[in-house]
Parts: sequence; C-alpha cells; structure tokens
Amino acid sequence: MLSGTISHWRKQLQNGSISPTELVEEIARSIETRNPATNAYLSWNKEAALAEAAKADLSLPLGGIPVAIKDNICLAGEPTRCASRMLENFVSPYNATAVEKLRAAGAIPFGRTNMDEFAMGSYGENSAFGATDNPAAPGHVPGGSSSGSAAAVAGGMAIAALGSDTGGSIRQPASHCGVVGLKPTYGRVSRYGLVAFASSLDQIGPITQNVEDAATVLNAICGHDAKDSTSSAISTENFAAELGQDIKGLRIGLPKEYLSSGNDAAVSAALEQSIRTLTDLGAEITEISLPHAEAVVAAYYIIACAEASSNLSRFDGIRYGFRADNTAGLDDLYSRTRETGFGPEVKRRIILGTYVLSSGFYDAYYAKAQKVRSLVAGDFTAAFGQADLILGPVAPTPAPRLKDTSLSPLQTYLSDIYTIPANLAGLPGISIPCPQPGSLPTGIQLLAPHFAETRLLRAAYALEQALAR
Amino acid sequence: MDTPPQIDVAYIARLAKLELTPEETERFSRDLNQVLAYVAQLEQWDTTHTEPMYHPLPAFDALREDTPGTSLSNEAALTNAPAQGDGQFRVPKVVESAH
Repeated sequence: MLSGTISHWRKQLQNGSISPTELVEEIARSIETRNPATNAYLSWNKEAALAEAAKADLSLPLGGIPVAIKDNICLAGEPTRCASRMLENFVSPYNATAVEKLRAAGAIPFGRTNMDEFAMGSYGENSAFGATDNPAAPGHVPGGSSSGSAAAVAGGMAIAALGSDTGGSIRQPASHCGVVGLKPTYGRVSRYGLVAFASSLDQIGPITQNVEDAATVLNAICGHDAKDSTSSAISTENFAAELGQDIKGLRIGLPKEYLSSGNDAAVSAALEQSIRTLTDLGAEITEISLPHAEAVVAAYYIIACAEASSNLSRFDGIRYGFRADNTAGLDDLYSRTRETGFGPEVKRRIILGTYVLSSGFYDAYYAKAQKVRSLVAGDFTAAFGQADLILGPVAPTPAPRLKDTSLSPLQTYLSDIYTIPANLAGLPGISIPCPQPGSLPTGIQLLAPHFAETRLLRAAYALEQALAR
Repeated sequence: MDTPPQIDVAYIARLAKLELTPEETERFSRDLNQVLAYVAQLEQWDTTHTEPMYHPLPAFDALREDTPGTSLSNEAALTNAPAQGDGQFRVPKVVESAH
C-alpha cells in the first residue's frame, strides 16, 4: 500500500529516490491491487499519466505528483461520467480550470474517482457503477458524494484528490474515511468544467492526508477565471503561509445548537477533545448561537433540488450522453432518455426541484427557502463578529454500514445538517480527523468567514498537530 | 401552510420530461411527501422583511472585455453526440403534422 503525503513524495522526487514515472507505476499498482475490493476508482489511464510523468517539471510546486479527480470534474480525453448511465460513454473534450491549474503546477491528473450520481448522495451508494467501500472502516460507507476521492486517499490509492462540495460532499466523506477535506469559499476555485449540480452551492476542493497538503493543493487550484464569472477576483495568497504559527488568542465559536443530544457519543467526544486541545493551544472558546441552525436542511434541499432540476435539463439525449432508441417524437425521446439515463435519487431530486419551482408553489417553497438562506447567512455574519472561527461536528454519526436500507431519503438528508450551512452561506470549511478510541473514523469541522482560508488552515494545522501528539 | 399539499408526482414528472414507472411514481410520492412535510417547518421563520439570497456572495456586474477567443472545434463538440451527420447533431423530426 502506498503511503506518504504530497510533501513526502515531493522530497523523494527531488532527491531522486523515485522518478515521476515510477511514482505513477506505484500508484497504478496500488489501484490495481486495492480497487477491486473498494471500487474507489471508475477508470484510470496509466499510459496517459506515464506520458505526463515523463515530462514532469520537478521545480513546480506539485511537480510529478499524481492527483485523483472526481468523476464530475472534466478531464480532457478521459471519461467524465458523474457516475451516471446518462454519461456512460462521455469523454470530456476539455479540462476543467481546476485541472488545468493542477497541471500548470506540475501535478499529473490520474484516475476518475467514484461518487454519488451527479454528486447527489451522502454515502456513495447512488453511483450507477456500484458503491465504494470505506478502506478505513470496511463494510461501511465512505460518505459522499466524493466517496471515491476520500476512499482513494484513505486507502493508499491516491496521494491527494479533488472533490466537489455542494452540501458537505468533500468534508463528510473525509470525516468518514479519516482524511482531510477542504471546501474553499464559494468563488475561490473556478467551477468551469465541474458538471453543475447546484450552481450557487457547488465548489471544488482538495481531499488530502493532512492540512499542509490541503493548503498546497488549494494554492494550485484557486484564483479568478474568466470562464467562471462567479469566481472571485479577490487576490489569492499563499495559504500555507501561516501553518505552524500559534493560535493564542484566536476566538473559536462553539454554536450551542451543535451540542445536540442527537450526536453520536464518538462525535460528542471528538468535539470535547477538540475544545480541550484548542484551549490548551491558547485559543479562546466562546459559545455562540446560530438561531436558524435547524432550518438549514429544509432550505438546502429546496434550493439544491431547484437548481439541479434546471441544470440537469441539459441531459436530453440530443448533444451528448445517452439517447433512448426507437422513440416516438421529441417528447418521448426526452422522457425515455431521462428515465433510462438517470438513477432513482437523481429523479427524486429533479421532481422535488421541479415541484418547488412550479406555478403555485414557487413562493411557498423556493422563495421562502431563499429568504431563510438569508437568515442563515445572517447568523454567520453575527457569529463572526464574536468569533474568528467556528468549531463543530462534520456529521451527527460516523459512517453507517453499507446497504443499510433502513434509512429513508429524508433521514439521509438530515445527516447533512452540520455541513450544509457553509454551502448556503458560501463559507470555507475544513474537516480534519479526530479519531476516538474504539470508534469508526470521526472528524471535526472548522468554518471561517469568506476568503479567510489562511486563518482556517492555520488553526486546522495547529489542531491536527496537537491531536497527533 | 398547516398541511402541505400532496405532490402529484405523475404531473411533475411530465413537466420535468421524465417517464416514470408506476412503482417509481408510488415510491417518489411517498418519499417526497415526507420531505415536503419536513420542509413545511420553514413557515415558522418570519421572513416578512428578509430579502431572498440567490447567491452566496455579492457578485455585481462581473463582466469581461468582449474579446473573441477560441472555442471547441465543431468536431470536438460533436464527439459525444448520440447521432450526428454533416457536422451537425442529428435529431428526430420535430415538426408535427397537422391533425
């Protein structure tokens, strides 16, 4: 099994202990050995990666480092299927901007990681190409929707990976797999080439083995992009600049609404351990309130599904993707293409989204949800007046067992309660491991104000280092 | 709303251009009525003086210079087409005959 962080392999590459092509070979061997049992990857092209490795520029910040790419982020010449039958034969004709930026930093995009179909799911089980097993907790889900990216990093099949986060899809699988997941501020990373689920919530970010690597990858992929008008023109900085600086006096807000009795004992224990550790490091823990915390799941599923029903209308069987055979006219072609191409959760969300946007229900659901979204964002604006960062759980429980059919869609949606707020408000958030004895992997989440990733990473790094001692 | 309306899944599926099986229609009705009963809780929050938030960051007039650039070639744009011919997407006949 492959182990070692980006910074480890960078040193190995630079001192000549291993060549970039040998590193690609090593990762390919690890995938070939471990993927049959985990299904973390949907496809990988060793020859293309070897060709890039042969001309790797080791002077670049990610020179020679292979990075796995979630299946909904366009990779030129490779399948980009969003784990959906609808795109089973789709090969992307271009690269996402985040991929272009990784390549410009010397990285080698390698492998397409499994996911919930069109990023809709919390457990990775909605993939049309089979569920992913959790290498850190076999027999359990790896979380979702970036299930394969988290499993690949946790299972020694990738050094680092890109995921996407619409309601927690980077942070929650990272937590369930015992790795680090960073959702940047909305607009920090271009969404160009990310197959859209909910455009006002989606954001690309890294899943890595530690906080330092997350900062390194964010440094590579961030920045304004003329191809995404919502990408921010705010200047980028070196996000690793404050790693290792102390956090004395940093005010950490603890939302009283997050101290729920519904949290699993391991989740509560991780939160308590983090509070103690941060206090020992000189941070000031201060209780805050997010009065609309219980409204987030309802607002989120209305908004996300509404945006999805609009975004996924492009899958109509005309220009790309699957097209049903022997249809009778245009409407029949659309309806039967979409019936066959989409899986059940995608259909469920398209129907919910279409309903909340339909005549007579728009104001009661969609407009209301957007107003409640304002209230949720306002909670954070007020909270960040009292605190520099906010601490909380990632998910109410560790990973459920695979194929646990006792959970209804609503129960699954409710498990996103702690990750959704960052997407509604556009905030950056990070999940770092906080393992508890005798428990499945458990993470802890820190949230920061818009564009305060440097502060977020500094505190996450300090907490990570202290928890490891 | 005290009792949320029951969703007519068959009707909404037609709007969304989705052909569902009877089993799917039944299952989605049950699932989504449960979800709608849950989201009805949004009513409890007073939003009389609250503006809707359609976007997480204020992004006004994010315009760029209108300079021509390169785009996907015709050939590349057609590589994933389910059917094509003469450099175009091939589609079923859409002009309906008069009844």
